[in-house]
Amino acid sequence: MKDFAARALNQAQMKGATYADIRIVTRTTQHIAVKNGIVEALEQNESQGFGVRVIANGAWGFAASARVDMREIERVVAQAVAIARASALTKTRDVNLGARIEAHGRFETPVARDPFLVPMQEKIGVLMKADAEMRRVPGIKVARGEMEFQREDKTFASSEGSFITQSIIESGCGIVAMASNLESGEIQVRSHPNSGGRNQVTRGYEFITECRMPENAQRIAEEAVALLSAAQCPSLDAATIILDGSQVALQVHESCGHPIELDRVLGTEAAFAGTSFLTPEKLGNFRYGSDVINITADATIPGGLGTFGFDDEGVAAQKTDIIKNGLFVGYMTSRESAQELKLGHSNGTMRADGWNRIPLIRMTNVSLLPGTWNADDLITSTDDGIWMETNRSWSIDDKRLNFQFGTEMAWEIKSGKKTRMLKNATYTGITPQFWGACDAVANENSWIVWGTPNCGKGQPPQVAHTGHGASPARFRGIRVGVIK
Amino acid sequence: MLGPEKIKELTTQVFALSKADQTEVLVTASERALTRFANSYIHQNVAETNAEVRVRVVYGKKIGVASTNDLSPEGLKRAADTARVIAMLQPDNPDFTSLPSPAPIQNVETYVERTANFSPDQRAHAVSVLCKKAKARGVVAAGAFTTASFEVAVANSLGVFAYHPGSLAEMNTVMMTDNGSGYAARAHADARQINAEAIADEAISKALKARNPTDLEAGEYTVLLEEYAVVDVLNFLDWLSFSAQAVQEDRSFMKGKLGEKVMSENVTIWDDGAAGDAIALPFDYEGVPRQRVTLIEKGIARGIVYDTATAAKDGVASTGHSLPAPNSDGPSAMHLFMAPGETKKSEMLKGVERGVWVTRFWYTRVVHPLQVLITGMTRDGTFLIENGEITRPVKNFRFTTSYLAALNHVRAISQETKLFHEDWSNASRSVPAILVDGFQFTGVTQF
Ligand SMILES: [Zn+2]
Repeated sequence: MKDFAARALNQAQMKGATYADIRIVTRTTQHIAVKNGIVEALEQNESQGFGVRVIANGAWGFAASARVDMREIERVVAQAVAIARASALTKTRDVNLGARIEAHGRFETPVARDPFLVPMQEKIGVLMKADAEMRRVPGIKVARGEMEFQREDKTFASSEGSFITQSIIESGCGIVAMASNLESGEIQVRSHPNSGGRNQVTRGYEFITECRMPENAQRIAEEAVALLSAAQCPSLDAATIILDGSQVALQVHESCGHPIELDRVLGTEAAFAGTSFLTPEKLGNFRYGSDVINITADATIPGGLGTFGFDDEGVAAQKTDIIKNGLFVGYMTSRESAQELKLGHSNGTMRADGWNRIPLIRMTNVSLLPGTWNADDLITSTDDGIWMETNRSWSIDDKRLNFQFGTEMAWEIKSGKKTRMLKNATYTGITPQFWGACDAVANENSWIVWGTPNCGKGQPPQVAHTGHGASPARFRGIRVGVIK
Repeated sequence: MLGPEKIKELTTQVFALSKADQTEVLVTASERALTRFANSYIHQNVAETNAEVRVRVVYGKKIGVASTNDLSPEGLKRAADTARVIAMLQPDNPDFTSLPSPAPIQNVETYVERTANFSPDQRAHAVSVLCKKAKARGVVAAGAFTTASFEVAVANSLGVFAYHPGSLAEMNTVMMTDNGSGYAARAHADARQINAEAIADEAISKALKARNPTDLEAGEYTVLLEEYAVVDVLNFLDWLSFSAQAVQEDRSFMKGKLGEKVMSENVTIWDDGAAGDAIALPFDYEGVPRQRVTLIEKGIARGIVYDTATAAKDGVASTGHSLPAPNSDGPSAMHLFMAPGETKKSEMLKGVERGVWVTRFWYTRVVHPLQVLITGMTRDGTFLIENGEITRPVKNFRFTTSYLAALNHVRAISQETKLFHEDWSNASRSVPAILVDGFQFTGVTQF
């Protein structure tokens, strides 16, 4: 690998690149899906290749190929440099990466059980057991379960002298029960441990065991069936709502994680993902939320789905304050964007979706830090409110202000008690008003680092895997419901 | 490009390595380049060469799939071995019948050599047209220009061999002022048909008209949905409603409705993977020829799309709409067409007393699948219509509305259509603009 990388970097410089880096990546994924007692999908995919990123004539070029051999280097490097020279046609100034970075190191995800060494029968057995438990509940139309494992081995080398290798292992799983009643036109789903197919972390198979899918299968199936005849969540202009940790995690992802991406702020994602309401003049003086809101971007949390040793520019993993006691204090940055705002060095959030994509600013583990409340007290101290649990739908505008989320299940709260189940709950708001209305965040006892394995961004499209620590939290005066 | 001979050689190698009862090889290869711009200059510019072999092996009723992009003999052997190991380890799938047998496939010529050979300089020149026009008119340009060639081939041990080469050019742009934006996009198999000037003009004039948006209360409105918004409606119908799997799982409004009126009389929707005026792919990922399937005819539900597995369940033939195996999503209507109407787009506003012009939707998500109840935002050009004319720009809305109900209240359909290619799914869509009554805006944002 060292020779291969050195050859590419040499050639790039000989062709006139003033900066070059190469990533050589092999990614192996294993996917298992069970539906209604049948193994619906069992696949293992392997994708390898290298990508060369260069600056020539002061502009960026990138080319990538699946053929990792010495002959192909020459073609791909020449293509990257030619592309950079074409980019320069429209440039308004030269790319500035700031101070040179030379990093050396190796990072490996610590795992107790390597998921690729766990027998396939064991994995299928767990999913089949959960599947059977779900389908024992009358009224369940579809039961699904899945596991996903990923191993990514990557080498990064740059013309500034960096040489880094990393092996990152991920494990994810989830089950979902669907109940339907065609006459009443109702479909309801319940998921465990999270919706969207699965929860995912950078850990080994031990995570799958801890998720206790077979033990939770009957519960979610019964909840899905009960939801069919549950009362419709009312539409209210100003309600107290309590969100479970997984929904808080997604709320953080959408309404904090994305608008703090400095590339969005600077307009470079405008055509697709959009821009951000957190414009530069707000840094350090904008009230983003109430003073119980503390958010960090931390790539060093053990097991977090956004945890790594170095980003894809070779910058070491870091922890950055984003919101401090409600005040907006930090962005996630890259080398180039940090220079543009004169923020000093990059805080290491550039990640690429495989060998054939360039790195973009991506969330690491963007987390709402634990508060002081016992999770149960959030409910017992609420006179009149709604508990909402497990995301079902999510949508937010392209500056990340107006959002609407729906959850799989909700409960009416009266006088400190969950009284009756509610279906089709949604809530909506404007980001800083919403976080400003948060009066209680549960403590570390209910704080979990959730994984979002499906964050889309960029052209061509890239999918990132991000982490979000969160615990249940309470919000006052929130608009609930749209279905009248 | 690998070419059909090289691909045949690869598939023959895999068949020789596999001792399964049945073996399927799916080869996808592509050369893609994308020039991306923002703040009126090129800030990202990329190219990629890739080819993947996906092997599905069948032992009795046990199935395994493995894929690799290492096309060396060792790489292919590893994929074949992995697929076998995976298959042997699992219980029987009682629903499985067989891989498909060969059937004649219509040849569609959609590969355009000059698109495949489009150079970084050619892309940069096209983009510089947009950037220059933007600067001249005081707006900021962002967007992307893709040119690509691709090959899809499917072979199986029952004798199927299907091969299709294609090309794609796609340009989209968002033009921005301090407080308004406009969007335009075009797709075509031939990069020379992508008219950068026209795209720039459309988006710039819209961005300028969208300056200083004013407040308009949420509520029920008649809306003119431009083609960019209508394509989203079809995407959700594909995903939620038109697939046999959605119907079999009680998730689709089409269940039990064939022959019944489900949409306005002026709505006709079909799927045709062999149409030459789209980004065609005349067979599916199992090598079954894609049938032209009428889904909605003059408002009446007429059909759904099948792959081999869902067809076996209903005792019918596959319509050729499989996704790559294994897939949990079921069949997909990847080449949807909505029939154009009688009205010129410029005349559609006539008779609209009060309504909203919507350029495009953003971040749309399912609130309720059976009703196709969707929430999302408007974006990049939202205007108030009064007495048949656009009168002023308005702040973007959140909507929570049933796309099915919308297609049941279609007042007019434009003569013009636009072609789209969806990056995420490789789907191709051809749609008109539509005028719809009773659209539910449920919130407003701050810009
Ligand atoms: Zn995201």
